[in-house]
Amino acid sequence: MPDLTWRGGTEIAASVASGALTARAVVDAALDRIAARDGVLNAFTDVTAARARARAAAIDAERAAGRPVGPLAGVPFAVKNLFDVAGLPTRAGSAINRARPPAVHDAVLVTRLEQAGAVLVGALNMGEYAYDFTGENRHDGPSRNPHDTSRMTGGSSGGSGAAVAGGLVPLSLGSDTNGSIRVPASLCGLFGLKPTFGRLPRTGSFPFVSSLDHLGPLARTVGDLACAYDAMQGHDAEDPCCAQRLENPVSAALESGIAGLRIAQAGGYFRANLMPEAERAVRLVSDALHAEPVVELPEAARARAAAYLITTAEGAALHLARLRERAAAFDPDVRDRLIAGAMVPAAMLIQAQKFRRWYQRAVSRLFDGVDAIIAPATPCCAPALGQKSFVLDGVELPVRANLGLFTQPISFIGLPVVAVPVAGPMPIGVQIIAPPWREDIALRIARYLEVSGTAVAQRPAEG
Amino acid sequence: MPGERLMTDAELDAYIDASAVVLGLTIAPEWRAAVRANLAVTFRMGSLVGAFELPDEAEPAPVFLA
Repeated sequence: MPDLTWRGGTEIAASVASGALTARAVVDAALDRIAARDGVLNAFTDVTAARARARAAAIDAERAAGRPVGPLAGVPFAVKNLFDVAGLPTRAGSAINRARPPAVHDAVLVTRLEQAGAVLVGALNMGEYAYDFTGENRHDGPSRNPHDTSRMTGGSSGGSGAAVAGGLVPLSLGSDTNGSIRVPASLCGLFGLKPTFGRLPRTGSFPFVSSLDHLGPLARTVGDLACAYDAMQGHDAEDPCCAQRLENPVSAALESGIAGLRIAQAGGYFRANLMPEAERAVRLVSDALHAEPVVELPEAARARAAAYLITTAEGAALHLARLRERAAAFDPDVRDRLIAGAMVPAAMLIQAQKFRRWYQRAVSRLFDGVDAIIAPATPCCAPALGQKSFVLDGVELPVRANLGLFTQPISFIGLPVVAVPVAGPMPIGVQIIAPPWREDIALRIARYLEVSGTAVAQRPAEG
Repeated sequence: MPGERLMTDAELDAYIDASAVVLGLTIAPEWRAAVRANLAVTFRMGSLVGAFELPDEAEPAPVFLA
């Protein structure tokens, strides 16, 4: 059996389709790898081994019968535990939700990936109720960064980062309300896609902030990211925020290069509060893309503040009954933020929503002149587990709220972003930001950076 | 009212106490300092956003459809 630890998903699928590998062998290898390594990484909260073996056997039977097996045939994947998985309570990182009845159906995106041949192998650790940028979890313990297990994965999709960067699976799904895909992608050295708000349906996932919640994939290659994204596209009427748009498959055009694209760097807000590794990563990516123009996202600090307000107020409203009845069962860090969020005056929240439209229009005008914008993903590489504060531009700030400093002003207006990893002693990510509905542009650029060697998911050394 | 100046700890505590009654929340004494600190950050964010002048006709964007 070849070592599949670092093999890409589409490569695995090609081997399964050709008969060089069976889906069952691939899934068994992933389950063995999880058993061997997850005790350290703590990426998984549930391993669905029996289901995965049955699904793999079905794929092998399909192939033996001469039927097509899908572009992700036999590719093991796992999902943040806020996705419904039939038979499991959807815990969303909390202790409270464990008392929920098991989900009856899978989340729509899980179903769509399995329809493309992928095989679900489990559910992944996350920050409680997704209100987190660290990947630490009071109840399940922290997910650990595969590049240095004494450090954070980033969050809240921490297990989604650890599982893919640790070579346990080639593909995972996360959610991103303010940066929860892009932050762990950055700290774990992965490619992560946060699509346009409304592109992928959230049906069958536990919410956080309805007007900001996005779902998306993390992977070690752009090809895998694009293949998974293509498999998940399409309207679903059960998510009222899911746009009724035609699907826009991106995989076929990935190799189009960057000729003709006008790429700029984000200035101002996005040039402050950077540690040297973040500055270096942005410089390397900008140089590789010849992204010389600098554009200012107007009022980005205010946009971040407005995203913060909407998140804390909407999140608190979602959890208010639980805060009344079971406040002591929350992670204290989450509880105390949510209690404060419940006390936001209505006028303050509405002003944030009005500002949001102003900001969306102002940023959309920028895209009249550029096709993509480069910005840092995180201010620094992975902090140590348990680290509460860091110093940015001479000011001590809490880690938990500020790892998303650069992601929040982007998701605030739903723009599509690919986080691309830049290698180093510890990896760090850079955001490739595109206009609404132009995930194809961000993914093309990411692929160009991958081919040129600027962006790479580096393999961790295992101690 | 937030937006005019930073609130004192005593003012924040009074606001927390009154809001907790309205919301039906019980705040254990050992949670108080963290709730107050979070509320202070939240109101600073609110002041920043509130200081941005928008016309009366400005429409909110509660659901953003890009």
